[in-house]
Amino acid sequence: MGQTLIEKIIARNIGREKVTPGEIVTVNVDRVMVHDIFIPFVADKFEEMGFSKIWDPDKMVLIYDHLVPASQLDDARHFATGDAFAAKYGVRNVHRSDGICHQLMTEAGYVKPGDIAFGTDSHTVTYGCVGAFSTGIGYTEMAGILGTGKLWIRVPETIKVQVDGTLPPNVTSKDVILQILGDLRADGATYKSLEFAGSTFDAMTVASRMTMANMTVECGAKCGLFSPDEKTAEYCGIAPADFKNDTFLQNLKGDPDAVYDRVLTYRAEDFVPVAACPSQVDNIHPVSEIAGKAVDQVFLGSCTNGRLEDLAAAAEILKGRKVAPFVKFIVTPASRKIYREALEAGILETLAEAGAMITHPGCGLCCGRAGGILTDNEVVVATNNRNFLGRMGTSKVQIYLASPKTAAWTAVEGKITVPV
Amino acid sequence: MEQFTGKVWLLGDDIDTDIIMPTEYLALKTINDMCPYAFSPLRPELAAQIREGDIIVAGKNFGCGSSREQAPEVIKALGIRCVIAASYARIFFRNAINNGLLLIENADLVKDVQEGEEITVRAGDSIRYKDKTYPISPLPQNLLDILEAGGLVRAMQRLNGKV
Repeated sequence: MGQTLIEKIIARNIGREKVTPGEIVTVNVDRVMVHDIFIPFVADKFEEMGFSKIWDPDKMVLIYDHLVPASQLDDARHFATGDAFAAKYGVRNVHRSDGICHQLMTEAGYVKPGDIAFGTDSHTVTYGCVGAFSTGIGYTEMAGILGTGKLWIRVPETIKVQVDGTLPPNVTSKDVILQILGDLRADGATYKSLEFAGSTFDAMTVASRMTMANMTVECGAKCGLFSPDEKTAEYCGIAPADFKNDTFLQNLKGDPDAVYDRVLTYRAEDFVPVAACPSQVDNIHPVSEIAGKAVDQVFLGSCTNGRLEDLAAAAEILKGRKVAPFVKFIVTPASRKIYREALEAGILETLAEAGAMITHPGCGLCCGRAGGILTDNEVVVATNNRNFLGRMGTSKVQIYLASPKTAAWTAVEGKITVPV
Repeated sequence: MEQFTGKVWLLGDDIDTDIIMPTEYLALKTINDMCPYAFSPLRPELAAQIREGDIIVAGKNFGCGSSREQAPEVIKALGIRCVIAASYARIFFRNAINNGLLLIENADLVKDVQEGEEITVRAGDSIRYKDKTYPISPLPQNLLDILEAGGLVRAMQRLNGKV
């Protein structure tokens, strides 16, 4: 009997021929990520547990992003605690203002196809975009990994999502994942692995796959995996010949006779622009159904949709147009690298000319900490991943999650607009 | 067998971690500092009303959303004896066990019980509400080991010969 993608990754990691869903196994961790909000807690738990050294300090990456730059007086304490921990235990991979953790982990080459990685953030599932098994954990488990290099996991069942064909021009990978979340519902893949396959995904950029993997946690999934291909290899800095000769990577796809919990099948041509309406990520409606609703703010950014292609798509729409006068349009590139690339390509200039506010890379607005938080009865169209009650301000803010294209057209019109 | 009785606070489906502990309070210094803000987006008055030994009963997908471990930690610090939900999100589930917070999975109780009523839990066996009994399915052994050690920190202290 064949194996699913996640089964292959786990089996290789523990040196077995195969593993079976439901089994509890202990994996060897290839990389961990801790971000600024949780580093004080990780540090406390690590020492409380009685560890005196990190199992492999180079396998830890410490990233300041949620609190960068500090917006409350207490935030700076997190940076000081992080710096002290890194100095004491020899952690060299520290990013203090380079961008959002989930962008950096693959962009800076910390996670490769087939790796197993954990992070103190639920959107750690993002690295499934390159075919890595990665998922979020709490700070106590992180402290345990830092001491032992290991973590127990339950081998998950797999739900396969098969999409073939060509997406309509106004539809992005964001619309695809939102529709899938709406169909699976917020708990439809709890404890399970999602596996994406089909010609639609083959045609996607790694950045577009990242948007989808990023949101798989919103239906409860443990991870969301794409098979690595030549584009993945290039993005991860793997030489074409090395990729071609790596039998493990070449076979890192679900076998035809693998056992799936369920298979969802779609035709790419059937997708339309959609939005997650307040206040649940699985409350999905076509943008055409909610079109015309006036908005106060539009947010383009986050680890879901703050990449170069997202900014470029918005710039293409905003070129020669203006943001509606009463709309605050906030643009946050996901990393310093993306910021500079967008600057060099003239994208930031186009966006600024149209009336966008361009901010430093970071998590601020998406997690409701800083940089554009909203108040009662305000409406925002946002490209990030959560519209939970109170996520971006008060609990009476209405958050609509949508694609960068829907966001850009909405910014121009001042009301929710179907992209053309 | 351990048995306890507690008063029920009733919550719905998909109670996410941003509701349990909003991001804006996550950088407060201690879990006790955060406690007053627990559940504030949904029920701002709730944290002050919870008493030691109370029980939360909720619908499906309890604890969905972020990996913040402050969510189970504040629930425990507020004095909640255990949570009984139709189902849990996976990160919250692990975090709760690692902090020694007892979670029970049962999809029927939430349909029957009213807020403010009392229920009796026989750990690892069943829940009793009025004249009805609801079975509890056992946790895997590796999780019971962590719970019995008093959480993951204690389990690791044992590993390191500190206790």
